[in-house]
Amino acid sequence: MSKDLTLEEPMGRVIVVTSGKGGVGKTTTSAAVGAELARRGHKTVVIDFDVGLRNLDMIMGCERRVVFDFINVIQGDAKLKQALIRDRRLENLAVLPTSQTRDKDALTKAGVEKVLDELRKEFDYIICDSPAGIERGAQMAMHFADEAIVVTNPEVSSVRDSDRVLGLLNSITDRAGKTGAEPVKAQVLITRHDKARVDSGEMMTVEDVLEVLAVPLLGIIPESKAVLRASNLGVPVVLDDPSAAAAAYEDAVGRLIGEQIEMRIAADPRRGLLQRLFRRAV
Amino acid sequence: MFGFSLRPRKAASANTAKERLQILLAHERSGSGGARPDCLPQLQREILEVIRRHMQIGDEAIDIRMERGDELSSLEINIEFPGKLGVN
Ligand SMILES: Nc1ncnc2c1ncn2[C@@H]1O[C@H](COP(=O)(O)OP(=O)(O)OP(=O)(O)O)[C@@H](O)[C@H]1O
Ligand SMILES: [Mg+2]
Repeated sequence: MSKDLTLEEPMGRVIVVTSGKGGVGKTTTSAAVGAELARRGHKTVVIDFDVGLRNLDMIMGCERRVVFDFINVIQGDAKLKQALIRDRRLENLAVLPTSQTRDKDALTKAGVEKVLDELRKEFDYIICDSPAGIERGAQMAMHFADEAIVVTNPEVSSVRDSDRVLGLLNSITDRAGKTGAEPVKAQVLITRHDKARVDSGEMMTVEDVLEVLAVPLLGIIPESKAVLRASNLGVPVVLDDPSAAAAAYEDAVGRLIGEQIEMRIAADPRRGLLQRLFRRAV
Repeated sequence: MFGFSLRPRKAASANTAKERLQILLAHERSGSGGARPDCLPQLQREILEVIRRHMQIGDEAIDIRMERGDELSSLEINIEFPGKLGVN
């Protein structure tokens, strides 16, 4: 009987947050999922793969503390431990920021693999925030993934790009190339879902999107004012005041780690005219 | 009488966003105090060099932390060395 090495040393799971299309909510999702996993007690690191357009640090609120970055580690200018920024709110959470001055060519497959292998030893979950597009940066972010969260807005170009990305996950990744390996486990996360517009027939329904993409649904994140507020403050939305978006991310993370949670479609409460006039008067 | 309630008050979170951006961008544009992120690998190498003239430490023994502030920034440099000083 051969010994299964993976059983001896539990290894962290690498989860890429990807989409093809830009601006659909990948970074918001990476921050929220990372923070929620950490809050549940899982050691979690979120890596910014968007080389040249560092943004995860702002969304996580650690932008003033960046010293070394992912590229410094790949190029041997800093050790991983020196580049990781430990979150001040959650002890299980860390951020690996990216470089603001380099470009995506600084990412090499061997370099990325080495960093991920090291992170797998210390962390339970490694969340890779992919850049938009399907070029080098996005391919590097997905290459070593065990799972993928495909962030999709209920809108034609986003769904189309998600389909492209799902194709890449099944063809160009490390798992796709290894015979006998399980394929990357991909799930769709529908974000910026606007219930009022879906109800009025302006926006595709969740069923419409799933029928086209034919992959499991991880969750439905409503369009929510709480997301802008959280980004202004530099707080992952799940760590800010309770909101429809935060609750939806909490559910999605529950499903990600295998809990059975009924799918629900949330929305920010709609304010009446009087409330809208007076809410700020107190 | 209720005029005050009709004027949209600027949400506090937007002010925070602006302040955070101002501090960050001021640092990014000027590399104030020479503490541009790009110079840190070199700074780290040089500190290691100097310290190694006096004691034996490994590459991982140094930890540089930074906090960029509005008026002041701080650089915290931590050097770990074996309990017994490895003096040359
Ligand atoms: N559920 C939501 N409700 C409201 N606004 C949202 C929601 N999700 C994301 N946004 C907003 O959409 C914009 C893009 O979000 P984000 O930066 O997370 O996307 P991204 O996919 O990472 O973008 P890029 O492709 O540029 O990396 C931001 O302004 C963010 O505040
Ligand atoms: Mg992003």
